[in-house]
Amino acid sequence: MDLTPTADEERLRAEARAWLRAHVPAAPLPSLETAEGFAAHRAWEAELAAARWSVVSWPERYGGRDADVFGWLAFEEEYYAAGAPGRVSQNGIHLLAPTLLAHGTEEQRARVLPPMAAGETVWAQAWSEPEAGSDLASLTSRAVRTDGGWLLSGQKTWSSRAAFADRAFGIFRTDPAPVAGGRPHRGLTYLMFDLRAPGVTVRPIGRLDGKPAFAELFLDEVFVPDADVIGEPGQGWEIAMSATGDERGLTLRSPGRFLAAADRLVRLWRTHGDPADSALRDRVADAVIGARAYRLFTAAAASRSAAGAELGAGSSLTKVFWSRLDLALHETALDLLGPEGELADSAWAEGHVFSLAGPIYAGTNEIQRDIIAERLLGLPKGRR
Amino acid sequence: MRFLPTDEQRAFARSLDAMLTAAGTPPAARAWAAGDPGPGLALWRRLGEAGVFALAVPEAYGGLGPRPVELAHAFVEAGRHAVPGPLVETVAAAALLAGLAERGGTGPANRFLPALASGGTTASLVLTGDGLALDPDVADVLFVVAGDELRIAPGHTGIRVSADPVRRLARPAPGGEPLATGPAVPASAARARRWALLATAAQSLGVGLALLGRTVAYAKQRTQFGAPIGSFQAVKHRLADTLLGLEFARPLLFGAALTFEEGDLAAAKAACGEAAHAAARTALRVHGAVGYTEEFDLSLWLRKARPLRDAWGTPSWCRARVLAELTATAGSRGTG
Repeated sequence: MDLTPTADEERLRAEARAWLRAHVPAAPLPSLETAEGFAAHRAWEAELAAARWSVVSWPERYGGRDADVFGWLAFEEEYYAAGAPGRVSQNGIHLLAPTLLAHGTEEQRARVLPPMAAGETVWAQAWSEPEAGSDLASLTSRAVRTDGGWLLSGQKTWSSRAAFADRAFGIFRTDPAPVAGGRPHRGLTYLMFDLRAPGVTVRPIGRLDGKPAFAELFLDEVFVPDADVIGEPGQGWEIAMSATGDERGLTLRSPGRFLAAADRLVRLWRTHGDPADSALRDRVADAVIGARAYRLFTAAAASRSAAGAELGAGSSLTKVFWSRLDLALHETALDLLGPEGELADSAWAEGHVFSLAGPIYAGTNEIQRDIIAERLLGLPKGRR
Repeated sequence: MRFLPTDEQRAFARSLDAMLTAAGTPPAARAWAAGDPGPGLALWRRLGEAGVFALAVPEAYGGLGPRPVELAHAFVEAGRHAVPGPLVETVAAAALLAGLAERGGTGPANRFLPALASGGTTASLVLTGDGLALDPDVADVLFVVAGDELRIAPGHTGIRVSADPVRRLARPAPGGEPLATGPAVPASAARARRWALLATAAQSLGVGLALLGRTVAYAKQRTQFGAPIGSFQAVKHRLADTLLGLEFARPLLFGAALTFEEGDLAAAKAACGEAAHAAARTALRVHGAVGYTEEFDLSLWLRKARPLRDAWGTPSWCRARVLAELTATAGSRGTG
């Protein structure tokens, strides 16, 4: 049992640190949830990609560095410690790309991955529907066979990044609704579509702080060529589930993000904390402890995965943990700021709004607790 | 990096688990609480033969150590099986004497360490002069650190009842044989505290795991309203949160065993202690009234969780240490 980095990890870390020190913008970019900020973040992605830092864990031929998960974790720690901007491409990089690497064709990877890595094509996820949030199997948007492809119709909603993104990916019903007693997971197909294609209407939705962070998508016979179907038609559920495992698991919320946030929180506590307020001090310490726990838990999970084990339902533990940690970090920061915490234009305030969504997206924490109880503890299924 | 137990570490933990399962620890714990330490001391000898106490003792004094990762594995098992006695205190006393020896005071190490390593001697220890000592009536020797002096207490006050009846507490009597004085004593006491933090954290984690395991088994088997209570979401979610607390405390424990930094050890102690305490609350809640009875074995772990959470560093003390470490300009590394 050891935590000693390999020479390769050390090298990657040192190289990343040096590059980031020279290139991270001195002033924070405007919020990526605004049009102006989105463009600035796209330019940052291009800069990252030019130095091959945008997707370190991908194969080199798609713009990566072939780093293993430990290398990726080291890079992420450096990235967030350097105060580098949030990643506008993360939906594509962390959700679609692993899916393409696992289930896509070589043609799809070669066509889709390099522009994704460079920020030229920013991807939005289009999972949820008005009547299907965490219960993805109940979605009703459909794809109907046509000459050379499919026609998409229906409505997607709460689609992250879709207000400004270029393309989207999601699953659609290609078989009619299952007969009574049939399994709703059957007959779904995973595909990619252009957000500017004829028939697509994008309506931005302001999130709690009013920023148009996500959008509703209205789809009216939107054509998708066969080349943009991932895997076989009808396999969408299985393919999507492998992606949502990634989303909740190792790759979406890297420990580096929380270690850096905990660091900022400690600095805030030194400047704003009342030494007599031990309750608040304890919450600051808990955030530090939580970020460390998450880092070490991830190191153990990555070690197991490197040894060939599946992450499986363990990703549900991860999701509940990081979403609660993110909330606790930001709530504590706002409490340290006192009345100033009310001001909406600070990084803490924006982070707080985002952290509020953590227990909701990527499968609600209640769903995750059901998964933990049933699959990790072996408790019987039930709904009340 | 391979942050996973080695095959040897796994095998060591499994062999202790098998040995303690076969020995049947609850009767020994109940006898200990009732003032009959015989069965508990028999367990102690088995643990000594398995090398548990040797892990904190340097090879020069008949030990196998220092091996904090293996010790953490062993103490998780001790917690899972509710082994009675001043286990943590014995390990911490050994670390204290080893620390003194490294600083030139080899006398007490030569005198006590070989027997502590083999499990032949049980020790209790207080690092704060008049603090409460665990099981001083059973321990062969009661070490007391007061300032820069280490002595052997000549006796103790009357035994006080703990919230966990297996833990028997008393204050050391004043006076007694001095063993060492000078700055080596507080430095070695700090080292002893690190081992105590590690061992107590591990024991807490084991207690939490035992509580969760027993509670999950009960929730599957106990039916109400025509269904196993483990199928009810309210029960499931509490148990899921319990697992979450324990599973994220575990890597802190083993990470701290590797770095042996006081801040890391304090973080592990806080997380393991809180997770086990929360597990106890959930275990009692899910078991309902049967869990509230003393005769049901669950009580052995239920009553241990909170005292262990507070022993050798309350959660608040631990949290303060975590932050203090971040502000310290220099920290000492390693197990020395």
